[in-house]
Amino acid sequence: MSILVIAEHDNASLNASTLSTLAAAAQIGGDVTVLVAGHNAGAVVTEAQAASGVSKVLVADDAALADGLAENISALVVEIASNFSHVLTAASNFGKNFMPRVAAKLDMMQVSDIVEVVTADTFVRPIYAGNALMTVKSKDSVKLITVRSTAFDAVAETGGSASTEELAFGEAFAGTSFVSRDVTVSERPELATARIVVSGGRGVGSKEQFTIIDDLAEKLGAAVGASRAAVDSGYAPNDCQVGQTGKVVAPDIYFAIGISGAIQHQAGMRESKIIVAINKDDEAPIFQIADYGIVADLFDVVPELMAKL
Amino acid sequence: MKVLVAVKRVVDYNVRIRVKSDGSGVDTDNVVMSMNPFDENGLEEALRMKQAGIATEVIAVSVGGEKSQDTLRSALAMGADRAILIKADEAPEPLGIAKLLAKIVEQEDPQVAILGKQAIDDDSNQTGQMLAALLDWPQGTFASNAEFDGDAINLTRETDAGLETIKINLPAVITTDLRLNDPRLPKLPDIMKAKKKPIDIVEASSFGIDLSPRLEVVGVAAPAEREPGIIVADAAELVEKLKEAGAL
Repeated sequence: MSILVIAEHDNASLNASTLSTLAAAAQIGGDVTVLVAGHNAGAVVTEAQAASGVSKVLVADDAALADGLAENISALVVEIASNFSHVLTAASNFGKNFMPRVAAKLDMMQVSDIVEVVTADTFVRPIYAGNALMTVKSKDSVKLITVRSTAFDAVAETGGSASTEELAFGEAFAGTSFVSRDVTVSERPELATARIVVSGGRGVGSKEQFTIIDDLAEKLGAAVGASRAAVDSGYAPNDCQVGQTGKVVAPDIYFAIGISGAIQHQAGMRESKIIVAINKDDEAPIFQIADYGIVADLFDVVPELMAKL
Repeated sequence: MKVLVAVKRVVDYNVRIRVKSDGSGVDTDNVVMSMNPFDENGLEEALRMKQAGIATEVIAVSVGGEKSQDTLRSALAMGADRAILIKADEAPEPLGIAKLLAKIVEQEDPQVAILGKQAIDDDSNQTGQMLAALLDWPQGTFASNAEFDGDAINLTRETDAGLETIKINLPAVITTDLRLNDPRLPKLPDIMKAKKKPIDIVEASSFGIDLSPRLEVVGVAAPAEREPGIIVADAAELVEKLKEAGAL
């Protein structure tokens, strides 16, 4: 088995999701190569070399690879995929964007968002917002896989001493160009990997009142999340959305505050170790999956909670 | 320009699905079905393009069984000009669907194909990107805004870190995120009118594409239930419980 893992990064540092993808690769078993496709991403290469279990890092450096455009990344991966038995990447926005393009170019079927490796060709993936788990066996000669990061514990950041090899990039795709990026700046930990997540929903009521969620998160050193309703209403930015079509999180403690808990939201947080729900509606579905629930007005409970912490 | 919009008939998003006891799949008998929510956003965007004078014709296409005609009727009621059903009794995988849609693109020559970013049944999030790959078109995925500028689109995408804008030249594939627009509700006269609009039906097998699955479904299981929790009186008791559990 020889496994290629496509690194996710911003040219400055390796995204933690790549360490979880490496854990899935380790479960499949075999020689692991990481591809760092970017521009002036030397620091990322160094991190990838040090990651546990990596034997080689392929480095493709080109201005056309700087912004993660799917057309360019996929062209590069298509060139080398047949040298490997598996190609893995995180089921993040980055991975979801380019991997199906690789699959179609190779006339293969991708296995999306795996949560378990059964054997080298058989994987478990959630369907219907995680309300069912499907086990599939891939018959393609190269297994193209995106990995749900929260389902695999990250490998160690250190311990590896992989060699590097330059990989030439061909022509940039003519029809697509990067224009700009508007990154949400937050002093809070990253939502996808935080130990504690504090999420607010429609019940918070307004963007101004959403500061109560931010304040509790700050007190707990937690990341801020939100339900789709809260994001649609403009209380929180889109990258905070937890759910079937947003981010999937599995922290040690998940606070669902003013969130009713539609199945689409549960899909993004039901694997959390402890779920705390605060909602004044005692029939809110969130209470069915909460370990600890408080039926009360969040504007009474949250300040009390902050005082006790 | 013509715009092609792919729509899928799926179990309605409000339905709590049940896994079949024999582990062969999910029970879809006698449950409410509707158009995949992301596809409604796709159709709405195409209709707005027509209202803005950018699009001349909006064609809805679906791959599925006979009953997918219901979904296409909904699309016609929202305002699509005509519809195409690619009839396939066994639902093809995303790769097969992308190949079928590529054939329709060849026939119809649209400048834009709009798809939902994912279907809420199999959650694959693949078909749009695959269609773009097969056509060698640019892809603007997870779109929350699309501004047409001559023969290009300035497209804003929702990413894990925030928002990103890319410029993609036509022809192109767009996949939608939920914040792209608010899909309209069809009015009764439109629903009546939709009954007279044409739906072309073509057999998936007529395209000469190998649609046999590449992924063998070994089984489908329900996820583990969470242990029932408790209701606590107040913040003080909550903190106490969290400390007992070693979480704080």
